[in-house]
Amino acid sequence: MYTFSNRLKIASFILMAVGVLGIGIGFMAAPSTVEEAKAIVAAHGDGHGDAHAVVESHGDEMGHGDAHDASHDEHLLHQLQNKPWAALYVAAFFFFMIALGVLAFYAIQRAAQAGWSPLLFRVMEGITAYLVPGGIVVFVILAMSVAHMNHLFVWMDPEVVAHDALLQGKAGFLNGTFFLIRAAVFLGGWILYREYSRKLSLAQDESNDDSNFKLNFRISAAFLVFYLISESMMSWDWVMSVDPHWFSTLFGWYIFASMFVSGITVIAMVTIYLKSRGYLPDVNDSHIHDLAKFMFGISIFWTYLWFSQFMLIWYSNIPEEVTYYVTRIADFNLPFFGMVAMNFLFPVLLLMNSDFKRVNWFVIMTGIVILAGHYLDIFNAIMPATVGDQWFIGIPEIGSILFFAGLFIFFVFRALTKAPLQPKRNPFIEESKHFHY
Amino acid sequence: MASKVIHAFYNDDDVLMHAVKKVKAAKHHIEEVYCPFPVHGLDKAMGLAPTRIAITSFMYGCVGLTVAIVMMNYIMIQDWPQDIGGKPSFSYLENMPAFVPIMFELTVFFAAHLMVITFYLRSRLWPFKEAENPDVRTTDDHFLMEIEIHGNEQELKDLLMDTGAVEINITEK
Repeated sequence: MYTFSNRLKIASFILMAVGVLGIGIGFMAAPSTVEEAKAIVAAHGDGHGDAHAVVESHGDEMGHGDAHDASHDEHLLHQLQNKPWAALYVAAFFFFMIALGVLAFYAIQRAAQAGWSPLLFRVMEGITAYLVPGGIVVFVILAMSVAHMNHLFVWMDPEVVAHDALLQGKAGFLNGTFFLIRAAVFLGGWILYREYSRKLSLAQDESNDDSNFKLNFRISAAFLVFYLISESMMSWDWVMSVDPHWFSTLFGWYIFASMFVSGITVIAMVTIYLKSRGYLPDVNDSHIHDLAKFMFGISIFWTYLWFSQFMLIWYSNIPEEVTYYVTRIADFNLPFFGMVAMNFLFPVLLLMNSDFKRVNWFVIMTGIVILAGHYLDIFNAIMPATVGDQWFIGIPEIGSILFFAGLFIFFVFRALTKAPLQPKRNPFIEESKHFHY
Repeated sequence: MASKVIHAFYNDDDVLMHAVKKVKAAKHHIEEVYCPFPVHGLDKAMGLAPTRIAITSFMYGCVGLTVAIVMMNYIMIQDWPQDIGGKPSFSYLENMPAFVPIMFELTVFFAAHLMVITFYLRSRLWPFKEAENPDVRTTDDHFLMEIEIHGNEQELKDLLMDTGAVEINITEK
């Protein structure tokens, strides 16, 4: 049995406390009036102020008049007000998506009857324990958006929809009630599978036959069907709909790749941590090697989807699609291309060598870069539509990351204490113990 | 120089593995082992050095990537930078997404093909090459261990008989 070390518990509480502080500062610093918003931007420094002045004088020359300036200021206010919300949402979704990615990996391992991974099932089940608290947090943020407490999703603003024929056309799908019902169905389905599969997994330890195992196999296969559909729709709802004028067909896969690789990375990191503490004596370097191969392969898969989406849109350059990338390249140049380096170049070069995949600290280092890269990925997906060129990775963003990291560590490691870390009667456990690559 | 070799036949890969370990432990040099199929772990038991073919493949891939970049930079950007459908041919970087599929494919092409050719060269395989197996049964259901004799014929024979060999021949080479 694993015991939650006090140091780690205290560390998670400190992370949460510091995070709450950062989130609080973010919300306090957000402007409530147009004047405050302008003052914040003016205080940003000379370079930015000058550029802004040029744009404004340019606007005057074009004869747009005061109405345009007023709407511009209003826009700026909304962006700055969105900052703490978007920071919270990005971090909440990022950590939730890790747990969901692990759940998908777990279901695949069960459905594929993999012989190497049963030793890691309890680790995966521990990580997916975060689905419940993480899912609730994400759902509450979404419900607050529907309740007009923020401007994360413009299509939720009736004012905007009233003047936007495109959004009116999409209102059948993008309306608050249906949005929340869908979110509840997705979360309900994922959590239901997680809890039921966990129950069967624990029951298998005590049973005299393999009926629990077989049932778990069947529900895992069924869950994967549900997961593929729900995950795809979830990505349209929770991520793509911040840009309601833009759509991409492979977006669901793209978000999936991001959560899948982050999830596998976290499995590897938690496994290495537990192993280093002596809790997983039968896990050997070959298991780590396999996880690192998955990290390597799915990183390339993510890049493939990222590039396919980018290149198709860049190549055809259709105005209604390409604005998505125009704003990202103009305002988010470093995070946008930086994440490609972090999510592709780094893992490809570091994890290509077969020997490196067995070196635990190497896997941890690469894992940290991959996780940071996929945080940036979600950051790049949400921020341009919510805060635009006012983005910054400052106190609210880092505070949110720390808070959810603390929450994640607390719930994951608490769940790990609830059951023995090694399944007893899994039919593949002997094979897994002697797994050697 | 005419030298004598001893050929020990086995009909099971497990027995062969044990025999290899025993012969290695007795400090005899195994010239060669002929098998009808890959025996997992045989290279480790024989103490063969790990292959470096993956490293050559990586380097060939780098060559392929370089060829693709230099070629397209010359053709599309330097030599005749036409406006084709509004694509920005001002610099390589500006038009790079369009070149990535070719960069990728050439990397894979070079890495794969040159590695295969390296494999053929290093393992001396080519059409019309004369087959080297000392006994036709080694391609079907027998395993053969070849050890050179340095005046210790009887000792070797005893050792190999002990390891479960089904047949032992001594031939001139």
